[in-house]
Amino acid sequence: MALRTLITRKSPISTHLGFRGLQTFSLPDLPYDYGALEPAISGEIMQLHHQKHHQAYITNYNKALEQLDSAISKGDASTVVKLQSAIKFNGGGHVNHSIFWKNLAPVLEGGGEPPKASLGSAIDNHFGSLEALIQKMNAEGAALQGSGWVWLAVDKELKHLVVETTANQDPLVTKGPSLVPVIGIDVWEHAYYLQVFLSFSSYLNVSFLAQV
Amino acid sequence: MTSRSGFSARSSNENVAAKIELKAPPYPLDALEPHMSRKTLEFHWGKHHRSYVDNLNKQIVGTELHGKTLEAIIVNTYNKGDLHPSFNNAAQVWNHDFFWESMKPGGGGVPNGELLELIKRDFGSFEEFEKEFKTAAATQFGSGWAWLVYKAQDNKLLVIKTPNAVNPLVLDYYPLLTVDVWEHAYYLDFQNRRPDYLSVFMENLVSWEAVSSRLQLAKAQAAQT
Repeated sequence: MALRTLITRKSPISTHLGFRGLQTFSLPDLPYDYGALEPAISGEIMQLHHQKHHQAYITNYNKALEQLDSAISKGDASTVVKLQSAIKFNGGGHVNHSIFWKNLAPVLEGGGEPPKASLGSAIDNHFGSLEALIQKMNAEGAALQGSGWVWLAVDKELKHLVVETTANQDPLVTKGPSLVPVIGIDVWEHAYYLQVFLSFSSYLNVSFLAQV
Repeated sequence: MTSRSGFSARSSNENVAAKIELKAPPYPLDALEPHMSRKTLEFHWGKHHRSYVDNLNKQIVGTELHGKTLEAIIVNTYNKGDLHPSFNNAAQVWNHDFFWESMKPGGGGVPNGELLELIKRDFGSFEEFEKEFKTAAATQFGSGWAWLVYKAQDNKLLVIKTPNAVNPLVLDYYPLLTVDVWEHAYYLDFQNRRPDYLSVFMENLVSWEAVSSRLQLAKAQAAQT
């Protein structure tokens, strides 16, 4: 029963059980072709982003987990602590990108259409309008120094939407345990740089709309 | 605070000029080809570096920072790690000046003279230094820089890495060499392949003359304090 649940659960994260029960991770397939988001985001960027960057996070996350497993069994506390940053970087990279791919959609499958129903009204209630939310997320994204993510999130405790940013690959939960991501925009330069004629603010716009 | 930037001609006149200027690299934008493309220089210097300068000027106009030297603005806005909003722009202006001057056409290879002796003394060999420098640059997660620096208190050369805009000026080291590992520095030419970029940088771009003269200035300055 538990095994069937493991196989059939709808998780964006692909896993398999290793020899000693250590769960390691593999690159999830995209639910669309690399070129399907053009012209908003180029096929070249999507392929590099998925096959190189996301794969590297997974490879390094698995390596860190194996080292962690070994350190835990040996009772090596200082190695366990030392591995935390590699786990946060690479595990966070895997978590964040898995959310990112799932939230994007080609135009033909509804990508870019304004939100409806409860999300649409929650946005209007909290931010005034979709345009106001887009403007706020663009401003936060542009203000982020270095690498990171901009998020639209639900604060489960306060029961409303928030816009938040995280640095590097820190998952949203590092900003508050009650935050649940709704939309994440990758503002690492690798996410948009090859489309150099696309300005950064255009990337933020199209990324947001593709996920909504 | 003693200026640590004798090698940057700009700062000696800073008290007179209120506006920070965008300094051009000491070579044409295509001079580093094929190792660093003209397109990269056009974007990296022409857009990124220029934006840091323009945005810094907008931020400091009418404030107490207006009219100060760039180095003074950097230390002031670093604020012992509790960064003021203009730190990123100020430090990035300086970092990029320093980066362009760290490279030259026909660069790379191995240094000589006192610099090579000190590298051998403090790292064991040039190869050991190169490995440590490339490793620091490759493992700086996210955006940042790797540096060869001189630590005056210990009279020693060190390799360090810094995140985002942080630089050795605020860490009390004398910077001697840097490589930019923000993705914008290498993405057009190397995409995700940062290690390849670092190899090309070491083999073909480093200006050891610049590093050597910075070392002389650093030692002279240390002797005065």
